[in-house]
Amino acid sequence: MGFFSRLFEGMKKTKKSFGEKLKYIFTGNDIDEDFYEELEFVLVSSDIGVETTEYIIDELRERAKKNKVKKTEDCKHLLKEILVDILSQNKPEKLGSPCVIMVLGVNGVGKTTTIGKLAKKFTDEGKKVVLAAADTFRAAASDQLEVWANRAKVKVVTNEHGVDPAAVVYDSIQAAKARNADVLLIDTAGRLHNKAVLMEELKKISRVVNKEYPEAEYHKMVIVDGATGQNAISQVELFNEAVELTDVSITKLDGTSKGGFLISLAKDFDLAIRYVGVGETADDLLDFDPKEFVDAIL
Amino acid sequence: MGMFSGLGEKLNHIFSKLAHRGKLTELEIKQAMREVRVALLEADVNFVVAKDFINKVSEKAVGEDILKSLTPGQQVIKIVKDELVALMGSTNQKLEVAPSPPTVIMLCGLQGAGKTTMCGKLGFLLKKQGKKPMLVACDIYRPAAINQLKVVAGNANVDFYEKGTQSPVKTALEAIELAKRKGLDTVIIDTAGRLQINAELMQELEEIKKAVKPTEILLTVDAMTGQEAVNVAKEFDDKLNITGVILTKLDGDTRGGAALSIKAVTGKPIKFSGIGEKLGDLEPFHPDRMASRILGMGDVLTLIEKAQESVNEEQMKKLEENIRKNTFTFDDFLVQFEQLSKIGSLSDILAMLPGTMGKFKPEDIDESRVKVYKAIIQSMTPKERANPDLIKASQRKRIAKGSGTSIQEVNQLIKQFEQVKLMMKNQNNPRMKKLMGRRFF
Repeated sequence: MGFFSRLFEGMKKTKKSFGEKLKYIFTGNDIDEDFYEELEFVLVSSDIGVETTEYIIDELRERAKKNKVKKTEDCKHLLKEILVDILSQNKPEKLGSPCVIMVLGVNGVGKTTTIGKLAKKFTDEGKKVVLAAADTFRAAASDQLEVWANRAKVKVVTNEHGVDPAAVVYDSIQAAKARNADVLLIDTAGRLHNKAVLMEELKKISRVVNKEYPEAEYHKMVIVDGATGQNAISQVELFNEAVELTDVSITKLDGTSKGGFLISLAKDFDLAIRYVGVGETADDLLDFDPKEFVDAIL
Repeated sequence: MGMFSGLGEKLNHIFSKLAHRGKLTELEIKQAMREVRVALLEADVNFVVAKDFINKVSEKAVGEDILKSLTPGQQVIKIVKDELVALMGSTNQKLEVAPSPPTVIMLCGLQGAGKTTMCGKLGFLLKKQGKKPMLVACDIYRPAAINQLKVVAGNANVDFYEKGTQSPVKTALEAIELAKRKGLDTVIIDTAGRLQINAELMQELEEIKKAVKPTEILLTVDAMTGQEAVNVAKEFDDKLNITGVILTKLDGDTRGGAALSIKAVTGKPIKFSGIGEKLGDLEPFHPDRMASRILGMGDVLTLIEKAQESVNEEQMKKLEENIRKNTFTFDDFLVQFEQLSKIGSLSDILAMLPGTMGKFKPEDIDESRVKVYKAIIQSMTPKERANPDLIKASQRKRIAKGSGTSIQEVNQLIKQFEQVKLMMKNQNNPRMKKLMGRRFF
């Protein structure tokens, strides 16, 4: 299955609620204030946020005027265009080799699951993968990673519960070098982004990577749960302050969540949107594609 | 954080032009309510819920003598806040207890909401209240979920039951039988995370419910959830007729509008909120505090309560005695630090403060310093802690090495210790308590 059909499958429900609402507003009627009000409702309902919604609507007003669009139904492609434009600002480049991907995010967004899926994906692509279980805090986190590692048949570097995560990362870099690995995936402990001590820990991991593995392309990828609301912005902001994020991925888009905050993120941050998680099996991870993403939700 | 002043200022600005007129016009209320609406939406209150709410409050606000007050903006916020509290259920609701034991509590929710952690916290709380709880692992899908619950149960020092990946219904029934035999009074069932639209897994929950007839079915919801919270809660409630809700991850900086949406849609009470990663980080849900939080008003009450709970009276007395006798040692110094860390991390405390204080970013406060100090003191021998004069150059070197710090940092701590000691000597006893409570606020 291609990206579109998989995403479409995964996001059927998303599309249903979002698309159904849109159907009622993109009618043959003339554009009026009621139309914009309805559109605002739809956009805010998908977690796009008040500020970005206002930006989108202003932009739509302008483009409608410029293109002399009078009917609401003709607005639909303009709206799509605006959303695709925003989401296309930072296209992810192909991953280099060797590369390190440190995966971070708040608790419960699906970091370990995403790493498991990535391990499988990269192995299928013929890459050599090493995993670092640097979540030494959550009970049984490294067990969970090991299950995924066994499924993908890749090496996982672990240590005891409570050990300094930076030490695990150090060991994993040595293992990655020894094995000539293409990708080192680092699983970090979930942390609420407003905890200074835990953010320090991430900085420390980053220092270790920069010092011990300078030849590797270093990605710092934040994972955001697709059901998150406006707090997504705050999460990315504070992680970005701590370690200068390079990538963002979104998980759990197989529910009825819309992940609208992604549009705000694309608008306000210099981050490549890399992957979309749409289910629990190893294959349910897709490369992000702006146009198809917008097509799937509109 | 600090949004209260933002909202307050905006409202005051709207009302500032209308000095000394008796009542608000509809236009003024409309403008004010637009600001309130934006605040609610930014807090992730569901769009429809926010709209209904605003309509209701607008009706109330028309005709009220708001302008007699010098700060009409604050007055409007008060009305808004009171209505929010009313909507969220006015008072805290406790857990139901089954007439004949065991009481069965079933947790359910989306993936990653924090169910397994919450099972441990509930078990820990009930145990503290003198109950005998058992945790049951019925998440047979997520890798290592059973193991995680086992570890959590061990930490909480409560009974635990699992039967691998056999049918969760069977495991739950067996656990209840075992609980009866062992005389345990509460069974807490951890279920797998699932999407509310996954028919097969929702069916599984209905089957567990039918088999074990839980006293409480608690929907666990991540406080950071956006507009989606409404759909999730509605589906779970439709299928399972939940008895209540637990909000998790409230220790983040989310404003938690999901709470309001869920209450509005299901009518079910929010019973607890999870406020941290430690087992004890669970508190009863307080609608008034949540209302403040959604409006960005900070949560001073929680802070005060936490401080009171954490400061151990006996330790305080001993500390006072030591100071009176002028034998204040590094051990006492450490106690002071530890009591502070029990209250919560400094950033927690800041997040709970309203207004300008809440605007401080965590990095403005050097929280890691507290950790460093602790490490240094713990690297001293008991003798050195009791008699700091023993710490000479070579000891300082050893302590620095042992704690992974530099000699400068050790020196800095010793200097600070001497200062505190001096300060304490100059304080008379009644003021001491106040000082201890205030040192970091």
